[in-house]
Amino acid sequence: MKKFLKLFSFLFVLLFFSFQTLAAEKVEYLKTDWSFKGLFGKFDRSSLQRGYQVYTEVCSSCHSMKYLSYRNLAEKGGPEFSEAQAKAIAASFEVKDGPNEDGDMFTRPGKLSDKFVMPYENVKAAQAANGGAYPPDMSVLVKARGGGVDYIYSLLQGYEDPPIGMELDDGVYYNKFMYGNKIKMANQLSDGLVNYSDGTEATVEQMSKDVTTFLMWAAEPHLEARHQMGFKAIVYLIILTILVYFSMKKIWSRIKTEV
Amino acid sequence: MSDHNYQPQSKFGKWFNDRLPLLTLANHLTDYPTPKNLNYWWTFGGILTFCLITQIVTGLVLAMHYIAHADMAFDSVEHIMRDVNYGWLIRYIHANGASMFFLAVYIHIFRSLFYGSYKSPREIIWIIGIIIYLLMMAAAFMGYVLPWGQMSFWGATVITNLFSAIPLVGEGIVTWLWGGYSVDNPTLTRFFTLHYLIPFLILGLVVLHIWALHVPGNNNPVGIDIKKPSKDTVPFHPYIVIKDGFALLMFMIVFAFFVFYTPNILGHADNYIEADPLVTPAHIVPEWYLLPFYAILRSVPDKLLGVVAMLSAILILAALPWLDTSKIRSAVFRPLYKQFYWILVADVLILGYVGAMPAEGLYLLIARIATAYYFLHFLVILPVLGFKERTLPIPLSITEPILGGSPNLAAAKIEKGLDKLK
Repeated sequence: MKKFLKLFSFLFVLLFFSFQTLAAEKVEYLKTDWSFKGLFGKFDRSSLQRGYQVYTEVCSSCHSMKYLSYRNLAEKGGPEFSEAQAKAIAASFEVKDGPNEDGDMFTRPGKLSDKFVMPYENVKAAQAANGGAYPPDMSVLVKARGGGVDYIYSLLQGYEDPPIGMELDDGVYYNKFMYGNKIKMANQLSDGLVNYSDGTEATVEQMSKDVTTFLMWAAEPHLEARHQMGFKAIVYLIILTILVYFSMKKIWSRIKTEV
Repeated sequence: MSDHNYQPQSKFGKWFNDRLPLLTLANHLTDYPTPKNLNYWWTFGGILTFCLITQIVTGLVLAMHYIAHADMAFDSVEHIMRDVNYGWLIRYIHANGASMFFLAVYIHIFRSLFYGSYKSPREIIWIIGIIIYLLMMAAAFMGYVLPWGQMSFWGATVITNLFSAIPLVGEGIVTWLWGGYSVDNPTLTRFFTLHYLIPFLILGLVVLHIWALHVPGNNNPVGIDIKKPSKDTVPFHPYIVIKDGFALLMFMIVFAFFVFYTPNILGHADNYIEADPLVTPAHIVPEWYLLPFYAILRSVPDKLLGVVAMLSAILILAALPWLDTSKIRSAVFRPLYKQFYWILVADVLILGYVGAMPAEGLYLLIARIATAYYFLHFLVILPVLGFKERTLPIPLSITEPILGGSPNLAAAKIEKGLDKLK
């Protein structure tokens, strides 16, 4: 067993080393408590619902979420709107469908099975409307940025006046958390921008946290199921390992040697 | 191959076994005499078999849902993550499984280096192992391309471009590999095909690897030839089976932790951005398990020589049984080699670290020194050491240092041996 601990600690050092390498580029991001971190991490339901509100009212005019469907809003582990609510949300969007029997395209109210409606017809249209910059699709955005949720959360609050001597072109803004500090998205959030129906005060900080939580769920819709299964799987493995350890001891006790 | 005199009990068993001796094989595998002093470093062979099977099974399921097309690959991966039942679990096991596979194979290789398992009469086992390792790297690289993210695309571009370093025909070869004039849909479909093929080649080689192992039998921490079966051995089943099982379970706990709690930490965030041939990522880095070789590649200023250095760094391992001139296998009895061994381990870790860093300034200097040392170790230190090193006396059998409180006895003997050397 002693030998085994030695081996195990070696593995640990090795893993730690690789973690260090991967986390080499570190920036000090703004900190907040994420309810979905940790072994039992779960999403804060009301934060997800508020985050969806911020997304629809603010972000969705430029940013698509092409991998999400309206049905996802009612699914377990997500914002968990009631099915009626999700249907109502879907119906509030106009969806292009077709061709019909006459060969024409037509619009109809959205259904649960529809994907989130895209703000632009295509990438070129999005670029044309945004000074050449393409507002990235937000479905997996949190996983596509090195700093993850902390980065998005900080970026939304990182708008400042540029330092003296820095020239910014038209349509370029200064953000202290952006790579290279220049961002083509203007500051979007201001206190009281949205009206939360649950009475939460819509500060910039609160909205940033809510919408980032929503984006985390969008990128990892099965995060809660993963954490729950992970805990069970690891507990199961530990118990099995202990049982196998004692069986091993018993079997090896037949011969005089140490395992 | 201890005894072939096995006879099945039942009449049908006998009839069948006379025509296809599967039962003899099963009997050989369970009775296979194994040195009783194998430590936990020897459990990684079994762990690697588990890794291979896990990758094949999860890979099969993923292939049912994945679409190998440049316009649809990224979407189909997200489809697996969101809408396929437990697709997220299967994909995270497969993606982290690759890292776990390499973690295990590096431990397996370095175990072999420490205990001299590559030496006569086990050269063929070792060389088959190197071929498996090469195929693993090919499979892992092509697998990383399949999600068609930014790192997939640009990683594929960088690595395939290495072939352009070949004089005269280089450019032509690259075009042939790509199936066009850039990494595109034809590249993706052929990578998918090969990614599906290679694991089965590995499986075949693993059978040969184990077959070749079962001819001379396992090496062991003492590194001496043992009589089989004897007091020094135990039958594979149940002794080694349960011990490998225990180690495998410990390994699975680490594996599960990655899959369930930090599934993306070993990957690169850029690979969640769909491939875009017009946007180059700020840093193109391979997966962690290829970093030491990436460092060697970049430490040479000339492209062709860089590629040659990188390939030699792997292929030099195949010549190891002849480069290491020492008759003694285990580093336990080679005081000097033991030190050089740990320097090599540190050297490879340093190479891995600088491989992840930008190739400039101090990092580049360190990479160059570490690369030079890597080759120095195999080409100069090992051959010379075999002639110059004063090894410690080795015990006559495993039982001697193990049984009856004799670890102390063995230590005393070793000390006595040291005294004689003075």
